[in-house]
Amino acid sequence: MSELVGVVRRAASGVWWYLREVSGETAYDRYVEHCRRHEAVRVLSRREFERRRQDDRDRSPQQRCC
Amino acid sequence: MVDTVRTEPAPPRRRPPLRSIVVWTLVAVVGAIAWGVVALSRGEDISALWLLAAALGSYAIAYRFYARFIARRVLQVDDTRATPAETLRNDTDFQPTDRRVLFGHHFAAIAGAGPLVGPVLAAQMGYLPGTLWIVVGVIFAGAVQDMVVLFFSMRRNGKSLGQMAREEIGVVGGVAALIGVFTIMIILLAVLALVVVNALAHSAWGTFSIAMTIPIALFMGFYLRTLRPGRVIETSLIGVGLLLLAIVGGGWVQDSSWADTFTLSPEALVLALVIYGFVASVLPVWMLLAPRDYLSTFMKIGTIILLAIGLLLARPVLQNEAVTDFASSGDGPVFAGSLFPFVFITIACGALSGFHALIASGTTPKLIEKESQVRMIGYGGMLMESFVAVSAMIAASVIDPGLYYAMNAPAGFLGDSLESASQAVASLGFSITPDQLAAAAAAVEESTLVARTGGAPTLAVGMSQIFSDGFGTGGQAFWYHFAIMFEALFILTTVDAGTRVGRFMLQDTLGNVWKPMRDVSWKPGLWVTSALVVGAWGYFLYAGVTDPLGGINQLFPLFGIANQLLAAIALTVATTILIKSGRLKWAWVTGIPLLWDAAVTLTASWQKVFSDDPTLGFFAQRDRFSEALDNGEILPPARSLEDMEQVVTNSTVDGVLAAFFALLVVIIIADAARVCVKALRDPSAATTTEAPYVRSTIVAPSGLIPTRAERELMAAAATRGERDGDG
Repeated sequence: MSELVGVVRRAASGVWWYLREVSGETAYDRYVEHCRRHEAVRVLSRREFERRRQDDRDRSPQQRCC
Repeated sequence: MVDTVRTEPAPPRRRPPLRSIVVWTLVAVVGAIAWGVVALSRGEDISALWLLAAALGSYAIAYRFYARFIARRVLQVDDTRATPAETLRNDTDFQPTDRRVLFGHHFAAIAGAGPLVGPVLAAQMGYLPGTLWIVVGVIFAGAVQDMVVLFFSMRRNGKSLGQMAREEIGVVGGVAALIGVFTIMIILLAVLALVVVNALAHSAWGTFSIAMTIPIALFMGFYLRTLRPGRVIETSLIGVGLLLLAIVGGGWVQDSSWADTFTLSPEALVLALVIYGFVASVLPVWMLLAPRDYLSTFMKIGTIILLAIGLLLARPVLQNEAVTDFASSGDGPVFAGSLFPFVFITIACGALSGFHALIASGTTPKLIEKESQVRMIGYGGMLMESFVAVSAMIAASVIDPGLYYAMNAPAGFLGDSLESASQAVASLGFSITPDQLAAAAAAVEESTLVARTGGAPTLAVGMSQIFSDGFGTGGQAFWYHFAIMFEALFILTTVDAGTRVGRFMLQDTLGNVWKPMRDVSWKPGLWVTSALVVGAWGYFLYAGVTDPLGGINQLFPLFGIANQLLAAIALTVATTILIKSGRLKWAWVTGIPLLWDAAVTLTASWQKVFSDDPTLGFFAQRDRFSEALDNGEILPPARSLEDMEQVVTNSTVDGVLAAFFALLVVIIIADAARVCVKALRDPSAATTTEAPYVRSTIVAPSGLIPTRAERELMAAAATRGERDGDG
């Protein structure tokens, strides 16, 4: 029984990991990590970061297929 | 420098383990039995699951053997070589991305309405020719194109197809490719928008639900911008909830006094779409386009999974014939022309899509972690798209053939009443009574299903049958409008995104002539170019909607030809690179699909331009109607002199376009052939633009499930990373 719970829990956390990665929710975490690695002087807040990321998309359109 | 080609001999072959031999033999046997059942049964009920089994078995074999062969022998993927995601890493455009995540992104970008609509129309020739081409075409052409273009673009730091054409073939080929991409996109947007218009016309339910997606997307946009920055999953879940509410709400609206407000004529819908397309393409992305994109991606993936489960549960029986008489006679009502070449033109994206080459040379090559992953992402992603196309073929083939023709023949042919439609269907050799037509419309709570062309309504009827049987929920009307919403939503996202991409291309091109245009944020330039792009597809959309001969019937073949010609351009570039890099003996891998595709599309263009048959050839059609017009006659299905003039104009424009597309491709292929011959005569002079070799430090698996060796390497790399303090 506890084995089954473990399997379900692992599957659920896998799905959650996938959704967060695919939807781009983890972009900010990666950015903070990037700043840490490069010892950036100032780290943008999440709000500033997401705003900048959205505005970048204005300049580089993404093609969607037929 | 010349593409690096591994010179040391391939590692000695190991005998594959017994278990692997047994498993793959079993897969091959199941696939072969399924094909046997599908191909040999005549006049008996066949379950749709046989089609699925045949397709899935073939995909598995192709992925395991052919894709691996291409990756290893032809492309010679090298996992010691760093990809641009590693060498140019900036954590925005270039970033090593987990292969499963990138597969999701890539699939979301390539999957669209094409593989859903094409097979529905191709069902006119029976389920067998279409399904065969979807499966064979994807294995030998479509998935190969996607993987090879992805690989070559990756080796060139993510260059676009247009850039590769210019650098590998030359200026003429490059310019022709650029013009080709732009015009093809305009036709594509017009045809997709036409599908939406045909699905929503005179339907208060559908129009209300789709209209509601605009305020829902705006709400999501502001929510993500101001309240909860970056919380995409949460926002999308709220959005999907609101969307389902909008579908249910559509039913209430249809029964209320608001119904008239949302019951729009096709012409009014065209106006609404053109205005919407313009506004959406000049607004900031975060406001409308980005949230719509999240919504449509969620809906798209969710519905595809739902459809696969529904098929397994419902196990529907195919009602369509395996091969209809229209396949040889070529006078089917949905689209004119016989099996060769038109079944291939009509299926389009589900088997081979030139548009994928734009995605495969866009963002995906900049994110890929390991060279060998092109197999899973490029080839695997396209197999999944093909699976969607097979599902669409099944959905179109489980509905009653009488209903299928009553929905998909042009309005002019079916007449104004249920009785006339019933008689018209009988004249095709199928039967459906006026009462059955009325009952079918009532079941999905639409005013009528007669002449609901474009593919989307037919697919929605098929899907609603599968869902309501499979899940045992009933409620066919809800599922019908759910399916309409699902299609219209991502078609509109394609229209938004496509208009924007077209605008950028136009700004860039005009910028060469007049500098200020190049600044993509310069407002007047932005408005003018957006208006030009919207105006261009709006023109074809309007012409299609008002065409007395039926817009889909006229425009869909053009769309198919355009898309397949783009594939010809991509395959030409790929073949040229193979030859220039000294891999002539492998050039058949892209060369054979190229020859086939060129034969199909050039034959289709030839027939569309030069055929004497007025239902097939645009200029024969033009002559027939303009002669009648000179004599003051009115030929059915036209009803007035204006109709007659319109037919003359439309067939002239369409004929010129068909000729133009064919000419572009002939130019590109001829120019590429010149370059190839030169490279073969003097191999040392051949130059390519591959980025130099850099050794990779990333360790990542190449397939979906890591092998034991890969797991050991990853574990070793992880301990090394810890010891070195995460370099």
